[in-house]
Amino acid sequence: MKKIEAIIKPFKLDEVKDALNKVGVKGITVSEVKGFGRQKGHTELYRGAEYVVDFLPKIKLEIVASDDMVGQIVETIEAAGKTGKIGDGKIFVLPVEEAVRIRTGQRGGEAL
Amino acid sequence: MDATIGTRKKKMTQTSLTAALLLGLPALGWAEEATPVLSAADTAWMLISTALVLFMTPGLALFYGGMVRKKNVLGTMMHSFFAMALIPVLWMVAGYSLAFGTDIGHFIGGFDYLFLRGIRPDDLNGSTYPHLIFIAFQGMFAVITPALVAGAYAERIKFISYALFTGLWLFLVYVPICHWVWGSGGWLFEKGALDFAGGTVVHMSAGFSALAFAIVLGKRRGYGTTNMSPHNLSLTLTGVGVLWFGWFGFNAGSALAANATAGLAFLTTFLAPAAAGLSWALAEWLRTGKPTALGVSSGIVAGLVVITPAAGFVGPGSAVIMGLLAGVICYGAVLLKTPLGYDDSLDAFGVHGVGGMLGALLTGVFASWPGWGDPVESLLFHTDLSAALSQFLVQVTSVVATAAYSIVVTLGILLLVKALVGLRVEDQQELEGLDLTQHGEANYHF
Repeated sequence: MKKIEAIIKPFKLDEVKDALNKVGVKGITVSEVKGFGRQKGHTELYRGAEYVVDFLPKIKLEIVASDDMVGQIVETIEAAGKTGKIGDGKIFVLPVEEAVRIRTGQRGGEAL
Repeated sequence: MDATIGTRKKKMTQTSLTAALLLGLPALGWAEEATPVLSAADTAWMLISTALVLFMTPGLALFYGGMVRKKNVLGTMMHSFFAMALIPVLWMVAGYSLAFGTDIGHFIGGFDYLFLRGIRPDDLNGSTYPHLIFIAFQGMFAVITPALVAGAYAERIKFISYALFTGLWLFLVYVPICHWVWGSGGWLFEKGALDFAGGTVVHMSAGFSALAFAIVLGKRRGYGTTNMSPHNLSLTLTGVGVLWFGWFGFNAGSALAANATAGLAFLTTFLAPAAAGLSWALAEWLRTGKPTALGVSSGIVAGLVVITPAAGFVGPGSAVIMGLLAGVICYGAVLLKTPLGYDDSLDAFGVHGVGGMLGALLTGVFASWPGWGDPVESLLFHTDLSAALSQFLVQVTSVVATAAYSIVVTLGILLLVKALVGLRVEDQQELEGLDLTQHGEANYHF
């Protein structure tokens, strides 16, 4: 089992979600985050008080999948989340030790 | 218990009765002027105006609340809401009497109306609507004025210090200045100072006190390096909408009658803020490339402030010019904060102090309508230039006196409050925010 964490641009969420649906991904967790990498922030001006804001809003997707699905999921997110401009985001793959379905108590691959 | 207020109204009644005579109406054989009777129209209008002015204080709460960081939103709104609880009581006990009671030394009113004693609901006190309504109407002004000062100490004041300061400031700053300008016998009233709805009494007193407060209190921790941007400007904009709506009562209600002057004050209160919103937005647009929501709404407030002393005295064209000037000048004043190095967090001085001062002076330039009945002379509209110059000098006097008195007495009150209970929250409390540390509340839960 692996966890795929992806940081993408917020307006890409629907596109990525639909594409993942098509390749059979059944569950996703989404959170609103902020961050920066190479994409520069912006300046905000409030009645003469100037603030340089480094952080940009992003969406973080978390998906836990069986090993055989991982490759396809990563490619799907990469393709759907791409604009070609700085700030498109990153995808990370992490190992997962255990998964549990709370309702039924199923463990491992059956819990996914 | 004759009219301690409404002296100007009595003169107007005299004028209209004389006019009636001249128009050939049968002589009634009276030797003295007739006593005013209750006018249902005036009464209805004053009731509505009073409610409108109250509405401005929650509007101010929204205006200020949206501009602070989310950890301070409730604490900031408390500075308005607690005033709505404290001031009416103090006003009833002694505030009204000391502001509008029988004059003592041209400085303060007397004790005739302590606890509003001796006033019957059907007493008119020389006006055309009940005395009790005038008391309530003026009370609403007394509520919002100290709440304006909160712009200076936002995000770092101890609540007990705020409460003690507010009560003392009401009696030591607001009430005397109110008496000077609007109380029969008050020295600025006697000089004929023109302040229709409170350019000096409300905005200058609050604005200059705010300046003194901000300097004494010091800057917010992290000012200049931390992001202190407004957490919810949609609250601020909503607040400005509420303020503008309520301000029609503030200005047009100050005509103290449902009449032509009220109509004029209503229209000028419509035009000046519009012009000021435009000019602030344009000034911003030129300077930074983008007009902002905060800028337009602040401009509107600046326009409301500048027209306040002038609303029933100036024509519509003058109102537009005054608004255009206020938008630019107050924008400049707000920008000056940074190089001058004080943290007037929500620009109480930049908008209310400077705007009020500008309005008071421009009233001496543009006044053309009698307002409450006495003819006015201004630099642009006069029958007698020396009278106009005198009037302008009186305006200058009212500005200087209000500013100086507000600053000096506020400094004194701050010394006292600081010695008694301190002023500022601890550093750690300032970091955690006023909502949690002063009130045990949070507005936003994740």
